[in-house]
Amino acid sequence: MLLQAKEVTHYFGGLCAVSNFNLDLEPHELVGIIGPNGAGKTTVFNLITGVYKASKGSIKIDGVELVGKTPNQITALGIARTFQNIRLFKDLSVLDNVRIANYSQTKYNPIEALFHFGRYDTEEKRMAEHAMDLLAVFKLQDYADEASKNLPYGLQRRLEIARALATNPKILLLDEPAAGMNPNEIGQLMDFIGWIRKEFDLTIILIEHQMRLVMGICERLKVLDFGATLAEGLPKEIQNNPKVMEAYLGEGGDL
Amino acid sequence: MTIQPSSIKNWIERLRALWEKIVSNRKLLPVLLVVGLVFSFAIPQFGLLNQYVVLIMIYVGINIILSTSLNLINGYMGEFSVGHAGFMAVGAYVSAILTTKVIPANLAPWLFPLVVIAGGVGAALIGVLVAVPSFKTRGDYLAIVTLAFLMIVKSVIENIEAIGGPRGIPGVTLLTTLPWTFIWVVVTVWVIRNFVYSNFGRGVLSIREDEIASDLMSVNSRQVKMLAFVISSFFAGVAGALFAHVLQFISPRVFDIIKSTDILIMVYLGGIGSIAGSILGAVIFTILLEVLRPLGMWRMVLMPLVLVILMIYRPQGIMGLREFRWFVPGYDLFASKIWRKKKEAKDASAS
Repeated sequence: MLLQAKEVTHYFGGLCAVSNFNLDLEPHELVGIIGPNGAGKTTVFNLITGVYKASKGSIKIDGVELVGKTPNQITALGIARTFQNIRLFKDLSVLDNVRIANYSQTKYNPIEALFHFGRYDTEEKRMAEHAMDLLAVFKLQDYADEASKNLPYGLQRRLEIARALATNPKILLLDEPAAGMNPNEIGQLMDFIGWIRKEFDLTIILIEHQMRLVMGICERLKVLDFGATLAEGLPKEIQNNPKVMEAYLGEGGDL
Repeated sequence: MTIQPSSIKNWIERLRALWEKIVSNRKLLPVLLVVGLVFSFAIPQFGLLNQYVVLIMIYVGINIILSTSLNLINGYMGEFSVGHAGFMAVGAYVSAILTTKVIPANLAPWLFPLVVIAGGVGAALIGVLVAVPSFKTRGDYLAIVTLAFLMIVKSVIENIEAIGGPRGIPGVTLLTTLPWTFIWVVVTVWVIRNFVYSNFGRGVLSIREDEIASDLMSVNSRQVKMLAFVISSFFAGVAGALFAHVLQFISPRVFDIIKSTDILIMVYLGGIGSIAGSILGAVIFTILLEVLRPLGMWRMVLMPLVLVILMIYRPQGIMGLREFRWFVPGYDLFASKIWRKKKEAKDASAS
């Protein structure tokens, strides 16, 4: 098992944002987390990546406990994510955005950095090359020297995924990757997610509102509502689950 | 003959183009460094310029060290530290105590580089203490922490009788010469540039842009903040040591909030996140202050006014977030071009 979350619970003050969240993730799976607004989906991501420290429960990757670790340590262990609202380093170049994600893999120390000697030269060259290769994979190489805020929206989304992959993750968490996309773009995104999963040997957890995307590519779904797990199973099962329909559409609704 | 406005415009354009050409010519920098070093020795040796001008040049150098090092925190990292004069005070006192009380007077000129380094190390150790609160707080709150730090440094010095208390240390030997100032300016700019164009420097930038995202991209923000504060305070200490040995008298009052404000003005005038900006800011500020000296008290009104106008019309400063190509390492500047060329070569050999 790659990732195991057991009875993860988190409170904001007196409010229970996530309660008893369980997740067993096998390598190469693509799991979707859905649920109405405010159901606690993004909080789950924040708990896994260490932005929040879980009030209770345990989260393990390859048997290593994550609760209590800082976000940068967790990222170095192989979990990367994107954000619901794009959070690129706006004023920095596209190349720098990707290079920064290489931080934990750099093999020179601060002294070598201050005087530019030792492993500095070869490492910098390697990192620049690696970042450019990665940008080329995402067809962003021509924008390398552009400030990332100047890219069009779609490319910014793509850059965010490229940046996450530069941390060399085993698990990629995508937080509403289809936000603000039209049906045509969503179709492309589905192919794209399937492709990076194969190309980069990834396990993916996906938060999404777009039912077409979720039903189209996720192998397994978890439905959250008010922090509690409402249902889980195959997309087909979820689609016909009366509890889920009620949460989304009210009583007597139909998905 | 009348001067046409269009011809003036033309001339400004031409000057600007020339300026751009100069600052983007990377081969010029080593030449300038050698020329600068030669002149820094020659000017005092042969009395090429009068004492007053030499003194101003030394102050320009010290101010460049101060603004470049503060820019690391306030510009590159995007925090707001007002405690820079505190680090400077530590450097000044450590070095002045060494030269007046510890080292014999005849050895002092020879040991001066070590004395300056000792001042820097003293300030850097204190910098570690200020870095720790920066792990937890940022923005306005960290600014208040640095302000408190400055007040603590001042009161501690005022209350230690052994180092003169509020009266300070008089009779510090004049050891800061033009060549030494020049060398320390070059060292400061070189080291801070190296840091900025490294993995850790990019970590500093990413903290400014978005700290949460940077943490989630595996940047160790504690390590990065610690490094930034230690390096910044080290060079503030160096500047303090040089300052003490040119002013020849230090007291706690020299290192008050006004001194910090002066450095802030240099940084924001020159432009945040830019080494070229730090240098320009320090040069313009120091010279302007001297040029305006005949105005007496009024220059203290004029300088803040300049700052107000600057904040309204050009908040990013002269060079904000831009850099002369002089200061960017070659492979960083051309990273994408080098990669493209390599790729083309590879493609060509494949086909």
